[in-house]
Amino acid sequence: MEAFSELLEQLYFTSSNNAKAALIIDYLKRTPDPDRGWAIAAMAGTLRFDFFKRNTVKQLMLERIDPVLFNLSYDYVGEMSETVAHLWPGQTDAPSQGLPSLGELVEQFSTAGRQQVKPLLAEYLDQMSAAQRWSLIKLGTRGLRIGVSARSMKQILARYGQTQVEEIEALWHGVSAPYTELLAWLEGRADKPDISEEVTFHPVMLSHPLDEKTLTAIEPAEWQIEHKYDGIRVQLVSTANGKALFSRTGDDISQSFPDLLEDIHEHCVLDGELLIMHGTQVDTFNQLQQRLNKKKPAKKLIDSLPAGLMVYDILADAEQSLTALPLAARREHLQRFIENSASDRLHLSAVWPANSAEQLRERYNQASDDTAVEGLMLKRTDSHYVPGRPKGLWYKWKREPKLVDAVIMYAQRGHGKRSSFYSDFTFGAWQDDTLLPIGKAYSGFTDEELKKLDNWVRRNTVGRFGPVREVAKALVIEVAFDAVHPSTRHKSGIALRFPRFHRIRWDKPANEADTLETVKSLMET
Amino acid sequence: MHPQHWMSVASPGLYCRPADLYIDPMEPVAQAVVTHGHADHARSGHQHVYATHQTLAIMTTRYGEEMAQHTSGVDYAQSVTLGEPDDPVVMTLYPAGHILGSAQVLLEYRGARLVISGDYKRRADPTCPPFEIVPCDVFITEATFGLPVFTHPPIEHEVDKLINSLQVFPHRCHLVGSYALGKCQRVILALRQAGYTKPIYLHGALIRLCQLYQQQGIELGELIAVNDVEDKATLAGEIVIAPPSALADRWSRALPDVRTVNASGWMQIRARARQKQVELPMIISDHCDWPELIQTIEEVNPSEVWVTHGREDALVYQATQMGYKAKALSLLGYEDEQETG
Ligand SMILES: [Zn+2]
Ligand SMILES: [Zn+2]
Repeated sequence: MEAFSELLEQLYFTSSNNAKAALIIDYLKRTPDPDRGWAIAAMAGTLRFDFFKRNTVKQLMLERIDPVLFNLSYDYVGEMSETVAHLWPGQTDAPSQGLPSLGELVEQFSTAGRQQVKPLLAEYLDQMSAAQRWSLIKLGTRGLRIGVSARSMKQILARYGQTQVEEIEALWHGVSAPYTELLAWLEGRADKPDISEEVTFHPVMLSHPLDEKTLTAIEPAEWQIEHKYDGIRVQLVSTANGKALFSRTGDDISQSFPDLLEDIHEHCVLDGELLIMHGTQVDTFNQLQQRLNKKKPAKKLIDSLPAGLMVYDILADAEQSLTALPLAARREHLQRFIENSASDRLHLSAVWPANSAEQLRERYNQASDDTAVEGLMLKRTDSHYVPGRPKGLWYKWKREPKLVDAVIMYAQRGHGKRSSFYSDFTFGAWQDDTLLPIGKAYSGFTDEELKKLDNWVRRNTVGRFGPVREVAKALVIEVAFDAVHPSTRHKSGIALRFPRFHRIRWDKPANEADTLETVKSLMET
Repeated sequence: MHPQHWMSVASPGLYCRPADLYIDPMEPVAQAVVTHGHADHARSGHQHVYATHQTLAIMTTRYGEEMAQHTSGVDYAQSVTLGEPDDPVVMTLYPAGHILGSAQVLLEYRGARLVISGDYKRRADPTCPPFEIVPCDVFITEATFGLPVFTHPPIEHEVDKLINSLQVFPHRCHLVGSYALGKCQRVILALRQAGYTKPIYLHGALIRLCQLYQQQGIELGELIAVNDVEDKATLAGEIVIAPPSALADRWSRALPDVRTVNASGWMQIRARARQKQVELPMIISDHCDWPELIQTIEEVNPSEVWVTHGREDALVYQATQMGYKAKALSLLGYEDEQETG
């Protein structure tokens, strides 16, 4: 644990990716199994369980400090792990030695009974320095944010084993912490782990937004043009060992959509858009949301909102991997696959060929009129299926956003790098002479603008509710969003999809911002 | 008479009416007492300034001979009588342990005693005498680090981090951000005490104040201006000290393979250190940490505590819990002490 804490401390303050990689590789070299494998999992975010809940940490802390002082501290620091690391009594600045190893900690917390977790955690926090406490809490609540993404961890492992990152990508979801087999292979001590029959997620290929320059350079005939559906990107995997539905980040969401998986019996890996579909009729994203995160959906819900998959790619057909084939060839496999499939939940994503720039633009305008889609996808017909976001192969051409002028009502501190700035904003629209909140936005501004916003919030605070500040109703922002939906969760009766800052209207008086009526008129029916 | 009847918060700062005296005013006034030379306390343009001799020397170094129309240098523990001769206010300065020349201000009027702490700390500092406990009825304390998350480690520990880093990265120039007045000289002294005898290189903005310290008899060892170094590549593996604002600007790009270090009490909060792209945070403060603030209130044991200059809420709450009458004084103009923390 000492070495791990030291590694995190160094990584936290290292900004260059190269230097981070060097630190991690050095750690892998001098740390035994299984500790180093657990460290990889902690950093890459693949630990399967929390050692303890954030709330347990908070409870333990509140047994040791006045709640008012805790709240003031938390509000200032903006982050629980660090607040507790500093507030825990018995400060020792000399890092403690003789702590259990990372592997032992994982073992102890994963086998500890409900009643044992609290005393175990308290005992370790008592022995640790502030930096070690911070590491343990971050590790145990799976909240490490030290600027090492899963993707960069794979690159680092590839560098460590002197192999290609694609090799690691392909194996990644078939191996798990503490990665003993994977590390043995990378070190040349064992064969490559075999994962062909595992029901495992295959990293997906992502697209870039289309810009004007690329658009003018495009030769439409070389591209497969499809609608960009307004659902969620999923991967359906089915092998002799079972089947599963994964989100684009690899979360297993099978439980929420048993109806979709029911009739799939072939060995395959399909890439597509999860939608609510009544036959071939696509329902709205809002309806799909009713079914997300339902661990055990009721039969009534499944019947009224049936799941369908708009399939646009196929990564494996029977035991054969297709990722090294060009898209045009994969498309032929996919067409045949869908025709032969017994499932009526699988739909082939239609292609909309264009032979000229004018025709392409026409396709785009048509797509923009269709409320079930959010624009076009352009994929090179000769593109291989390359995990990650390769350049020049796939583009998304999204419909223009909608814009309204709204008034900032509340602000809250951000997280991580932004924890000392007010960066999360709730904004509202007018109904007569009151403002009703219509959404929250925390992106779309520059760092420079963020500083100005933060400063503005501090000078215009009129009330405080814990970490939230109520501000004077005086600043107008132009908010961009993709759609408006009805919502029962908000008093305004609407919810915006993907709201973000478009412009800050320092110049505009608040009473000239838009009315709720205007925002509602942008709703699609 | 209770100080609440003769002390008030006016727009230039804290004001003592019967003495017609402002404490650390932000705008030019007729009579001011300046607790110490930091820019958020010492401004130029007053008609008459009372301060310690060292503080006056610092102000002259920063603002020139014209920094005030009249000045009165005051020794620690020496009393000055102000106001009407038949209804006087007696002012006495005591050491605050913050930086060279820093003082607390004791004001006595009609039988009541009020102490304004100014900025202060309780750790040993070779550049100034230690903070003195001055019994009083009302104690006005600063609260720059007035939250229980703040506990400053010993300076030796933090300086060791820098010395270790020089061994691990012997080819990187260690650029240490540190406030020009007080912090810079304290870091240099701590390095010397840790046995670091090589020359230390300085950004131009630090030179005059370091010279002033040397004139005051404080031994800082060999200091070289970065501007006097012909070949900047020779600064690899050396320590360069600069004001925090210079860490990221053009000036630092001439230095070889910079490792960014920053010496400040704020460095305890990770996100703040990272936000400033600091690779090696050194938690070194010239203010009290939370346990020291509490210790001081207990030792001074006033009947009332007024809190200003920082995170008042928590300290007011804590003092109240400890049985003191306490309130926050909202003084404007004292910034978050980004620089002087
Ligand atoms: Zn100061
Ligand atoms: Zn100050």
